[in-house]
Amino acid sequence: MKALIAKLQRLDTTVIVLIALVLVLALSAILVSTVGRNLLSPGNIRDILTGMSVLGFVAIGQTLVILGGSLDLSVPYVVSLTSLIAAETMNGRTGMIVPGVLLALGVASLIGLANGAVVTFLRVHGFIATLGVGLILKGYLDTTYKGTAGQVPWEFQLFGATGIGPVPISTIVMLACAGFVGFLLARSKFGHHLFAVGGNAEVARLSGVRTRRPLIWAHVAGSFFAGIAGLLLASRLGVGSPTVGVQGSYDLLSIAAVVLGGTLLAGGRGSIWGTIGGVAIFAVLDNLMSVMQVNPFFKDMVRGAVIILAVAVYSNRRIVARRERFTSSGREVPQLTEEGAR
Amino acid sequence: MTARTDSRIQTVLRALISPKGAVYLLLIVLLVSVTAIHPSFAEPGQLMRYIQRVAPIAIVAIGQYFVIVSGEFDLSMGSLVTVQVVVAGTLVGQDDSRTVPVLLLLLVIGVLVGLVNGLVTTRLKVPSFIVTLGMMLALYGGVLWWTGGAATGNPADSFRQIGRSGIHDLPVIGLLPWSVLILAAVVAIAAWLSRRPFGKTLVAIGDNPSAARFAGASVQRTKTMAFVLSSMSATIAGVLLVGYAGVHPSVGQGYEFTAITAVVLGGVVLGGGRGNVWGALAGAFALETLFTLLNFTAVPSTMRSAIQGVIIIAAVAYAGVIFKNRRAPAAVASDPPDAPGMQQATGEAQSTESAGSGATRNHNTKEN
Repeated sequence: MKALIAKLQRLDTTVIVLIALVLVLALSAILVSTVGRNLLSPGNIRDILTGMSVLGFVAIGQTLVILGGSLDLSVPYVVSLTSLIAAETMNGRTGMIVPGVLLALGVASLIGLANGAVVTFLRVHGFIATLGVGLILKGYLDTTYKGTAGQVPWEFQLFGATGIGPVPISTIVMLACAGFVGFLLARSKFGHHLFAVGGNAEVARLSGVRTRRPLIWAHVAGSFFAGIAGLLLASRLGVGSPTVGVQGSYDLLSIAAVVLGGTLLAGGRGSIWGTIGGVAIFAVLDNLMSVMQVNPFFKDMVRGAVIILAVAVYSNRRIVARRERFTSSGREVPQLTEEGAR
Repeated sequence: MTARTDSRIQTVLRALISPKGAVYLLLIVLLVSVTAIHPSFAEPGQLMRYIQRVAPIAIVAIGQYFVIVSGEFDLSMGSLVTVQVVVAGTLVGQDDSRTVPVLLLLLVIGVLVGLVNGLVTTRLKVPSFIVTLGMMLALYGGVLWWTGGAATGNPADSFRQIGRSGIHDLPVIGLLPWSVLILAAVVAIAAWLSRRPFGKTLVAIGDNPSAARFAGASVQRTKTMAFVLSSMSATIAGVLLVGYAGVHPSVGQGYEFTAITAVVLGGVVLGGGRGNVWGALAGAFALETLFTLLNFTAVPSTMRSAIQGVIIIAAVAYAGVIFKNRRAPAAVASDPPDAPGMQQATGEAQSTESAGSGATRNHNTKEN
């Protein structure tokens, strides 16, 4: 048993998340089959994947921001705002799809730029900076819009509605984005610098990394992906809605999904596929509870408990990779086994 | 005017525009503007009403202060306030004799929530942001599930008097609300606690948990205590709000973010180790006075949040950018509540660090 735990502790967190996902899937399939239904029927798979896509987009952006050691609490308002901008620009006209999308994503990126600038140049903690920017957007939304507005043409609604077999287009786009971001993190200068800045900004600066740039780009990407989520929601609803982002509480759920996926809340460690795994676990649980017809308020309770328990499973691991010189009691570590020196 | 009084005035002015004093300056400016627009605001009776209105948020902010200064977050406060309000509303009913047992039950719930938050954070090493986020979802979902989504109830008058009424027929102020007395008691206890070894250990842990542990502090017990204090303060705020705002699932929503805003406005650094109770208190008063001011002016109520957003960014940026160079020596000399030795040891490396950017500093020491 001890050897098993030791082995588990050495596993990559992404692997643990994926194992957890498989376990959750298996458990859910059994539970669902007890009420005489099939979790893995094509229709249900489509439901799960559809449930993944919106939170998935937001969580991809949130992963980048958190890796850089910041937070983005403004995403729900960015989601609402982009859904409104897109729907109002299109206003039911097919020809305006491209301008609408570009305008919405442009505004989202500008908001991200503002977030990044406040965090890096004004040296405001990401929590406060994005909370503040989110409140400003909330004020604008509440003042300008009384309800849903604009209209999305039928062609644009296809983005949220069609799929290849049981796999919705939106999920494919989301996974492609995740792949692209994963590639950036693993191979590009931006990715390496982002990890460095998130791990320790001062060390990164002394090593010659321009510490502001990766963090600003991470914030721009965070809002950009929230913007895509807003577009997707506009396409599903057919209109823009000023409350759609807050109703989904995408800020806290995306942070939970990122941390569930093994990314360190303090930044510098984590992976995009862990995040996707975290989002998938949420989607499967949500679907399970819908199929089992659980009280919607009870769902929130389960969700809260799952977040705490899941993160507890692996946050107990020692995540500082360097060799320990002193034990927590202050005495020197007696011997160096191979594992200790890893 | 002699040179001596001149320099004393200078010292006071410098203290007022320093990051820690800025919140007091902001509060004075806001109070003066409200009085200028609405002169009757300064009447003693009105002033008592105003303090009564601020009391719940000020109490929550003081509780949040203990958690934040130790380097953690408590996002579950708002939901806990809702839970306490709804539990009180549902269980007390019209039966006066249940007031005391239900009050005890609320305290037990408060202590339990704080213990769970604290123990999961310290023993299982889950980041407190996640623990209290999960707790927030679980508490809110739980209370709505229990009441079927439509919490109503009108607790007995004796229970509501706590938040509503007070000592009548006093000279000058007329009515002294219980809320004001309770707030005063909470402030007194909080100020006393922060002067005790507990308060100083808490600040030391927030500044550098590893150093505090090696110095012999019990990090787990102290942090857990901080979470219990925070949940207790949410409980007290809930009891006041039952009388003041009534029973509804939306009472208490967003209190966690308002409390964090107030605390940060008061010069307490996210990430821990800097700040004091008085700053948190002044931050809560400044925030609520700002809302009062906005109510008196022609600004639409929906823009309230936008102005709140601008103010908190501006306040933290002001502390961070303008005073980054001036800060280190002044901080060591002028704040006895922080552990001075610890600051001197780390002050050199942190002289460019600003209020609100504290989390970047602890990456090498915090293992969450």
